[in-house]
Amino acid sequence: MATKTIASGAADDGHIPLSKDEILRYSRHLIMPEVGMEGQLKLKKAKVMCIGTGGLGAPLSLYLAAAGVGRIGLIDFDSVDVTNLQRQVLFGTGDVGRPKIEAAYSRLHDVNPEIQIDRFEERLTSENALDILKDYDIVVDGTDNFPTRYLVNDACVLLGKTNVYGSIFRFEGQITIFGYPGGPCYRCLYPEPPPPGLVPSCAEGGVLGVLPGIVGTIQAAETLKLILGKGEPLVGRLLLFDALAMKFRELKLRRNPECPVCGDHRTLHKLIDYAQFCGIRGEEAPSTVTNIPEITPRELKARLDRGDDLYILDVREPHEYQICNLGGHLLPLGELAQRVHELDSSREIVAHCRSGKRSAEAVDFLTKAGFRKIWNLKGGILAWSDEVDPSVPKY
Amino acid sequence: MPVKVIIPTPLRAYAGKQESVELQAGTVGEALTALTGRFGELRKHLYADDGRLRSFVNVYVNDEDIRYLQKDQTQVREGDTISIVPSIAGGASR
Repeated sequence: MATKTIASGAADDGHIPLSKDEILRYSRHLIMPEVGMEGQLKLKKAKVMCIGTGGLGAPLSLYLAAAGVGRIGLIDFDSVDVTNLQRQVLFGTGDVGRPKIEAAYSRLHDVNPEIQIDRFEERLTSENALDILKDYDIVVDGTDNFPTRYLVNDACVLLGKTNVYGSIFRFEGQITIFGYPGGPCYRCLYPEPPPPGLVPSCAEGGVLGVLPGIVGTIQAAETLKLILGKGEPLVGRLLLFDALAMKFRELKLRRNPECPVCGDHRTLHKLIDYAQFCGIRGEEAPSTVTNIPEITPRELKARLDRGDDLYILDVREPHEYQICNLGGHLLPLGELAQRVHELDSSREIVAHCRSGKRSAEAVDFLTKAGFRKIWNLKGGILAWSDEVDPSVPKY
Repeated sequence: MPVKVIIPTPLRAYAGKQESVELQAGTVGEALTALTGRFGELRKHLYADDGRLRSFVNVYVNDEDIRYLQKDQTQVREGDTISIVPSIAGGASR
């Protein structure tokens, strides 16, 4: 398909020339026929919003800044945490504690002081999304949760903006372009999100640091191609990447004529409550399991000190046990169903994991299997470290 | 017909940690039934209580979405690959 150039509208204000400094800076672009002066000027006039400055946003914004995209918007309300440094290459150790948007600005401005960088230190919501996104040509989705992905998608369709989508899980990634005229949107692919708790976050599932690096860079490449109007963009194509197998596969995506957001008979004309849509109330996705018996770390410590005969069941993975453990009996959650016969339901059992979510599922499962003397350690081994024994490392 | 079913990362824990499984099936529906027959725990991740495929899981035969083919009735031939593609959202997460 011939790629339409997606670049700044503004009634053509004529030629925005490149300065001598810019010509030198971008010389490696200018000597390529696929870019040249004409292409570099398109990049300079382009306005791209990067949603999220984390795993995906970091490589993405770095390469867009380096390439000379004239105006880059950044939106992120978070602060740099030491656990980010394993993959969020925009930030350094000295940035820990700083708002990500500030640290990102410093780094990107250093990479390329010629461009304009707009900063939004806030959360993208249904109230502000249309306003924030309207001034940009292309939106690149680097977020990490389902409600925001649906929000970004719907806002882009309503505003007519192209949405360069990338997402990751452990060592797999997905990249495609939504919102391109005639192409599908996110809801064409996934009309509904998974219920909370069913798909783990990076904190629970972990992620290979280079993975968002690769996926975010591919998103940058697609963004540049859209601006330049060159090459074959990933419209109608879902690129699947498996870093361990080092394989790329491609699946066809189509616009769904019945899609409520971009279809022929649209029913969505304004942004909705996405937290509700995704089944989440409050800030953190709660476990899908409710009303299970709990014990706090302090209560557990008191009972152990008293000499109570408790069976500590650790439902984490073997590699987590090696990081730190409470001396519990390791039985990973994924194997619980097959190995439940190893547990003695006449004993008092306290199940724990890292933060209390997986063990809640284990307690729910075991309760339904007939176990009556079973409790979930509230907050997991993290809470144990906070409240009982700080020598236990947190991870 | 022998077909390969590719298991996505988030579901591998429920399929004996395998990345792909070889099965005998004539249609996509038969392949998924055989798959969940072999790996019972996969069932609740792929299917809702009403027996329909969950809407955040898409199934492809080679590179075509079965929603645009014959859905569960889509025929499969020897050497076809069935891909299960769930939605994932990781991007920046703490």
